[in-house]
Amino acid sequence: MSEKGERIICRCNEVTLEEIEALIEQGVTDIEMIKRLLRIGMGPCQGRTCLPMVISIIARKTGKSPDEIKLPATRIPIRPVPAGVLVGDMNEE
Amino acid sequence: MKSKAEVVVIGGGSTGTSIAYHLAKLGADVVLVEKGYLGNGSTFRCATGIRQQFTDEANIKLQKYNVERWKKLSEELEYDVNFKQTGYLFLATTEEEVEAFKQNIKLHNKFGVPTRLITPEEAKEIVPLLNADEFLAGQWNPTDGKANPFKTVFAFARKAKELGAEIYEYTEVTDIIVENNEVKGVKTNRGTINADVVVNAANAWAPIINEMAGLDKEFIPIKPYKHQLVKTEPLKEGQIEPLVCPPAWNDSYVIQDGEDGGVLCGTGLEHGPTYDVTPTYDFLREVLKWATRIIPALKYVHILRQWAGFYAKTPDSNPAIGKINYIDGFYIAAGFSGHGFMMAPGVGEAMAELIVKGKTHVPLDWEWYDPHRFERGELRSTAFQIG
Repeated sequence: MSEKGERIICRCNEVTLEEIEALIEQGVTDIEMIKRLLRIGMGPCQGRTCLPMVISIIARKTGKSPDEIKLPATRIPIRPVPAGVLVGDMNEE
Repeated sequence: MKSKAEVVVIGGGSTGTSIAYHLAKLGADVVLVEKGYLGNGSTFRCATGIRQQFTDEANIKLQKYNVERWKKLSEELEYDVNFKQTGYLFLATTEEEVEAFKQNIKLHNKFGVPTRLITPEEAKEIVPLLNADEFLAGQWNPTDGKANPFKTVFAFARKAKELGAEIYEYTEVTDIIVENNEVKGVKTNRGTINADVVVNAANAWAPIINEMAGLDKEFIPIKPYKHQLVKTEPLKEGQIEPLVCPPAWNDSYVIQDGEDGGVLCGTGLEHGPTYDVTPTYDFLREVLKWATRIIPALKYVHILRQWAGFYAKTPDSNPAIGKINYIDGFYIAAGFSGHGFMMAPGVGEAMAELIVKGKTHVPLDWEWYDPHRFERGELRSTAFQIG
C-alpha cells in the first residue's frame, strides 16, 4: 500500500488497483487495451511484476478463467540495456 | 452480433475507428469489424508523430487541416488523446540539403505552414542534448506534433459507440458479398452482416479484402514493410520533445514520447514485404548507431523495448482513399505508408462525408489519392516518409 492507501499493481508506472478496476468497470476488459491505456507492463520490468496480478484482477472482475487471458507480447531486451553497450561505444569515455 | 447495418467498416486502426466515429456522428448506422484488438495492426506500433512537413501540395494541405483537427480532438471526443505541438526538426548535413530545405519551406509557407530555416545553435536551444556540430541547418516547424495512438483509437471507438456504432473485435472478415457489381455485405467468422456500403480500412491487409470483393490483389498494390522502433527509459520532459531527423542519416529519428518521456528511436531499415513482426538485432544496432550520434547522451540511457510494425506501402507512398468504381458501395482508405495515424482525423471525416453526403468540406484532394491511379500506371510524386 502507498502512503495514500492506494494499492500499487504496476510499480514501474505507478498504476493502482483502483485504476485498473475502474477501467474494467467502464467496460475495458481486454488486457491489450488495459495495458496501453494504463501503461501496465510497459516499464523497465517488462510486466514481470504486474501482468500476473492484472490477469487475476481481470479474471475476478469479469468471471473469466485466468487461463483464457493471454499474456501480452514480451518485448526484448528482457532486461534494460544502455544504448551505448549495444553499439559497442561505452569504453571511449 | 447485428446482421444488418448501413455501413460496415473493416479495420479497427486509427483510420477505421475515425471513419466509424465520423459516420456515426453523421447519423449513419455503422458497424466496425476488427480481426484482432483495436489498433493492433499498425496504429499501436507507430512512432506517434503528426506533421505537415511534406513535399507536395496535397499532403501539406490535408495535414494542415489535420493539425487543426488534432488540436480540438480531445475536447471533441471528451477524452485526452495527449496531442502536443512539439514540432518536427529536420537537420541538414550538406549544402544540397540546405537548398532542398529552402524549397520545402517555400512550399510549406505557401500553404500556411510556418516552417523556417534555423541555425544549429537555434536547433540546440530547441533540443538541448543535440549534437549540433554535425549539422548545417534545421528545417523547423513548431506546429507539428505528436499524440498518443492508444488513447486516440480508444477515444474514437468509445465516442463512435456512444453515438450508436457497434464495434466487434476479434471478428475476422472471411468474404465480401458482391452481387451485380454492388456490395451487399460482409461474411465474418461470427456471422454475416448485410450492408449497402463497405469500407476497406484494413491498411496492410487491404489487398486481401479487395480480393475477397473480386478485385485483383494488385489493383491497389499495398505491400507491408516491417519497420521497427526502440524505446528508452523515461527522460525528463523537454529534452527531445520534437521529432528530430537528419534524413541523410538513413532517415533516422528520435522523439520523446509525449506521455512517459521515453525516447522512441527509428531508422530507415526495412524488411519485406512481410507480415512478420519479429524484432531483429540488425535493426537494434543500426538504429542506436544513428540515435546516439544525433543525441550522444542516449548512450547512457537504457533501452527498455523493441518492437516492429508495418508501413503499408503503395508504390508512391501515398494512400488510396476513395470510391472503388467497379463495385457500387465499396470504398477504401488504406496504404498509408506510415502516415495513417497522423492523417486519421481528417481522412475519417472526409470518408464519412463522402459516403453520407457524396462530397466533403475537408481539403482532401480525391484526385491525388485516387485508388484507381495504380492501374493507370499514374503515380504521384512520392510522399516524404519518416515518423
